[in-house]
Amino acid sequence: MIAEIGLAVLWMAAALALLQLFAGISALRPGGKVLAGVVRPLAVMQGALVAVSFLALIDLFLETDLSVKLVAANSHSMKPFIFKLAGTWGNHEGSMLLWVTIMAVSGGIVALVEKRLREDTLIATLAGQAFVSLGFYAFLLLSSNPFERLPEPAPDGMGLNPLLQDIGLAFHPPTLYVGYVGLSVAFSFAIGALVTRDVGPAFARAMRPWVLGAWIFLTIGITAGSYWAYYTLGWGGWWFWDPVENASLMPWLAATALLHSVSVLASRNALRAWTVMLGVIAFSMSMVGTFLVRSGILTSVHAFAVDPERGSFILALLAIYIGGALALFGIRASTVTEGERFSPVSREASLVFNNVMLCGILGIVLLGTLYPLLTEAFGAKVSVGPPYFNPVSAIFAIPMMMVMTVGPLLRWRKDNPGRITATVAVPALLAALALLAVVVFAPGIRLLPMLGIAVGIALAVASWFPLRGRNLRRTPINVWGMVISHFGIAVALLGAASESAFSTERLAAMNVGDVQSVGPIELKLLSIEPVAGPNWTALEATVSASYKGGEPVTLHPQARTFSSPPGERTESALHTRWNGQLYAVLGNEGEDGRWQMRFWWKPFVPLLWLGGLLVAFGGLLALLGRVAKDIKRLRVFDKLAYRKSRLEQLK
Amino acid sequence: MSLLIKRIALAVLVLFAAPLAAQDLLPPAPYAYKQLEDPAQEAKAQALMETLRCLKCQSQAISDSDAPMAGDMRHQVRTRIKAGEDPEAIRTWLIERYGDYVSYAPQNKPIMWPLFAAPLVILLLAGILLRGRFRKAAKSEKAE
Repeated sequence: MIAEIGLAVLWMAAALALLQLFAGISALRPGGKVLAGVVRPLAVMQGALVAVSFLALIDLFLETDLSVKLVAANSHSMKPFIFKLAGTWGNHEGSMLLWVTIMAVSGGIVALVEKRLREDTLIATLAGQAFVSLGFYAFLLLSSNPFERLPEPAPDGMGLNPLLQDIGLAFHPPTLYVGYVGLSVAFSFAIGALVTRDVGPAFARAMRPWVLGAWIFLTIGITAGSYWAYYTLGWGGWWFWDPVENASLMPWLAATALLHSVSVLASRNALRAWTVMLGVIAFSMSMVGTFLVRSGILTSVHAFAVDPERGSFILALLAIYIGGALALFGIRASTVTEGERFSPVSREASLVFNNVMLCGILGIVLLGTLYPLLTEAFGAKVSVGPPYFNPVSAIFAIPMMMVMTVGPLLRWRKDNPGRITATVAVPALLAALALLAVVVFAPGIRLLPMLGIAVGIALAVASWFPLRGRNLRRTPINVWGMVISHFGIAVALLGAASESAFSTERLAAMNVGDVQSVGPIELKLLSIEPVAGPNWTALEATVSASYKGGEPVTLHPQARTFSSPPGERTESALHTRWNGQLYAVLGNEGEDGRWQMRFWWKPFVPLLWLGGLLVAFGGLLALLGRVAKDIKRLRVFDKLAYRKSRLEQLK
Repeated sequence: MSLLIKRIALAVLVLFAAPLAAQDLLPPAPYAYKQLEDPAQEAKAQALMETLRCLKCQSQAISDSDAPMAGDMRHQVRTRIKAGEDPEAIRTWLIERYGDYVSYAPQNKPIMWPLFAAPLVILLLAGILLRGRFRKAAKSEKAE
């Protein structure tokens, strides 16, 4: 019964979206004002209905209703509660329903709270949102129905991939999805403003919290995903330039550029066309990412050809939305004026430079990800990996980070280069000193980590300069946000550079009682014992580790064997110190009865994820600062309007 | 007593694991999970392994994988480095054996040229875009 309710409600929501689109379109035509009032309520109702449908699916998973095909294929009665819950979105159909749910609920929230934007622009935005949702409703209902029943209930479920049975990964996809879909709101705003020719600061202010919010979630999602890969894959790698990772990085790059450009538009009324264009690109990248991940095209073009229905569907959606938006942009771009001018030495110019660099990285990542697919069409099977992505993205990233040290110190519109020479000299000097120190103390270091450390140190210091000469208590909270985010980028860069330059590895076959060392750490294998969890059994090693002869700590790396579905996974053990992380893995038993152990000492590697979290935290501060300001401004407007009406009454 | 139970449990676990291990009866590869004695050689091998693709995994280098085939390839790389072969010669040998797909480092072949040209093209476009933008700005400023 629950499944039928879920499906019925989903159809109703799709119908409301259709209604919302038509009401929106007719409200924008001359003489269609009557319908203007229904668009907002429709958006809210649509959001509520989809939420009910998603709750129904969660309920089916929690109860493990095995008469539903999706549950039988992806869940198992023995699975822990949290993974039953996460199983709801740990599969194709469920994740698409989650996508539509977040999209419709955000549309509902826009309809409820957005009061600053011109009413016709808002209606066009909601109509745009409905138009985008409709494609995904069609996709869900016609080719990936999550509520499909089985003719006969299955005896038990197939279970969830053991790699995914991890608390970090349970919340990783929804985090990224909130980010992806938040960008759909930005996209709809861009479309709405293009339709009503209303690209200006008010539009930018309405769009900004959504871009910021989406960007925060993407940042957290990518950081968490990287940490998950680091500790579950068991080899200490944290970024593989895997197409799935690139699929989340591309929207982040576009959103970062959009975030900065939308701020310029909101406060300086410049970069109008550029902001709209980035709004279109950012959501396009979300859809390209979803297409890459969901169509199966990644493993091979041939996997795509085996089940082309879903892939073709998403490809068609991509073509309609991206093509449509670009066409609209092409038609209307001439009516969107550039906005305020600025000189080559100004804060706007530094932001434009970095936007262009971000788009450059985006272009490289997109091309590198798609290139093997393109060559496969010509019959050549090739790989594009870190040896390409690392240096080529650095071509853009290093100049960008150098400009980042200076940009926030420049004045808007036009600045005198002489004014900031002294301020620029400090980070430049620091970078030079760092470079020298690295060359002296770590000879033979590769070029990229060396540059990374130099630029990272310069940026880590320079990112605090915007606070200079300010009363720290009165500094707007969004300025703090910017400072912390930029500092976070420097911290993450230092972590990454240090990991790639200074990691040491020790692979060893050990008997119980043997001693080994990795970097400054001495290790002793104390015992190997079997342990059991709710749906797995494991061998657990007990290893004691002592840093430079200090007090030893014990670590417990495991090799887990899952029963439903069968699978294996290493559970690495980590020991974090202020200056790095020890990473221990228990491998197989060798032929001679010794255990294959793997150890890494990775200096300062935790900075990588700490930096990611700092970036997200800075974003959160900026969002809070902006929202607080907006609320204040609304109150002032309300008061003014109230006084005005009182005055008119008195007259 | 408890030791006995542990031993039995261990034996049972190993029994369960045995069929999994038996699936891949590759020749023994001592250097799959063992480093070379000479740190300089090991560093060379490591740098090469990071740029070779594990053919059985999704987007992992052979230095990052538990797959038996990756282990076998690690053994090959380390043995050849130990014998004094040049890393690029080993890459060429692997490419001859498995095709371009095995190398993450793009090879100098016509089909890869567009990929190498891409950053230059993007830089050029960015240059034109920025220049056009600021030239217009400078002009309009003079006009003011």
